[in-house]
Amino acid sequence: MMNHIDVSSVLRQTLACDLYSNLVTRTTGAAVRTQIEQLVGESRERALTVIDFSQVSMIDFSCADEIVAKLLMRYAADDAPQDAYFLFRGVSDDHWDAIEAVLERHGLALVVEHEECVRVVGVLSDDERRAWEAIHRIGPADAQDVAIETTTDAATAREALDALCRRRLVMQVDGQYVAVGDLRG
Amino acid sequence: MTQVITVPPSLDDFSFEQVLDQVAALPADAKLLVDARHVRWASPYGLTALLTLAQTRSERPTLAVPELDETLSYWARAAFFQHAESVYDLTGSYPKRRDSGESNVLLEITPIAKSDDVHDVVGQVQERAQKIIKTELKLESKAIIGFAMTLSEICQNITEHAGRGGWVAVQSYRWTKRLGRRVVVIAVCDAGLGFRRSLESMPGHLPTARWDDAAALEEAVIRGVSRFRERGRGQGLAGARNYVGRWNGKLSVRSGTARISIVPSWDDDVPLAEGLSPFPGAQVQVIIPEAVPGGGSER
Repeated sequence: MMNHIDVSSVLRQTLACDLYSNLVTRTTGAAVRTQIEQLVGESRERALTVIDFSQVSMIDFSCADEIVAKLLMRYAADDAPQDAYFLFRGVSDDHWDAIEAVLERHGLALVVEHEECVRVVGVLSDDERRAWEAIHRIGPADAQDVAIETTTDAATAREALDALCRRRLVMQVDGQYVAVGDLRG
Repeated sequence: MTQVITVPPSLDDFSFEQVLDQVAALPADAKLLVDARHVRWASPYGLTALLTLAQTRSERPTLAVPELDETLSYWARAAFFQHAESVYDLTGSYPKRRDSGESNVLLEITPIAKSDDVHDVVGQVQERAQKIIKTELKLESKAIIGFAMTLSEICQNITEHAGRGGWVAVQSYRWTKRLGRRVVVIAVCDAGLGFRRSLESMPGHLPTARWDDAAALEEAVIRGVSRFRERGRGQGLAGARNYVGRWNGKLSVRSGTARISIVPSWDDDVPLAEGLSPFPGAQVQVIIPEAVPGGGSER
């Protein structure tokens, strides 16, 4: 199942005001994240949610920390409320400085979609990055396929893929690994 | 007995120290007459700091307004008198209405107390900053978003930590005396907790052997420490520091008896000034200069 959340719409509902399209302040960020979590929580099954920044003018560090970092950390935690995955859309250069800073600060990574292409950004180990790129290139696959694609051994590939699953950057479907963003229905 | 505090003719972050030096010698409840009659020019820092000074007094002070028409007109355009009326008794004649003509005031003096105020400020500044940063400072468009982010984060320093409201102002002008180039300046002043007391409120805080205002500023501004334990905290000032570094600007943060600065090559300020006259709260100034022709502004 795939959800689409337009962050600027959530922002307007949160502020009860149509005037601004800026994601600024920690208070606003926390309120927007709470709304996003409610929307994500409406789907009980495993869901991929597109977090769409296309209509957002700017985001500051505090807001990026509240929305992006805390969202990713909550659903990647051992006690995550549900099996949720995120694809970030419409992230422009104007948003990137703040988002990159919080990803680095927390050691996080996320999947972004830009002009129909998806890629993983943020903090990953070399093995994780190679495994994600391999699975994105070859499509749904098992650890052995990824090991061949990345010219490594199956145990290393499986370790990297399992870490990516825990980080919500890869999901397991019918016993195979799939890069988030590659199954968009 | 009323004590007279003389405001220097040119009022900026440096000369405001002369005001504080005079105030420091007086008891906290002394009645002040802040004499600004001979002021010819004031930076956004000077104006917001004057308002903040009044907030620190238990006895409502009096302000003698500037005598020069040009100064009065600028202070009115910056909305100084509108806010000064709430914290000072004003003496002398001053414009009651703001001149709506073209102005280099990007953001008139605006009170900051809550999150919505930061939204208002960022929204107001964005459009005008775009024109000024691109056409007057000749910086890349990337500098515009960073400017708004920096403004937002510095204002949030008030809403998150000060414990009481403060003031923000943004202005662009040609800084002939010190730089010979155009600059855009953000000033954010409050009379709240200040950095040292804010960090002392951190759960489990253990002061080091040398724990004072300067040490607190080093912790917050250089090491990104916040009173909140969450790992994501403390990024705002770090972001502001990166922004001024990237565009060859200056960041200075004064709190209590110390001031810490990220000093660019064009300025001769000291990185850390200690033993200043006490001033409650935090006073932050960001200066972004015009790009050097042919040389760009990036380091």
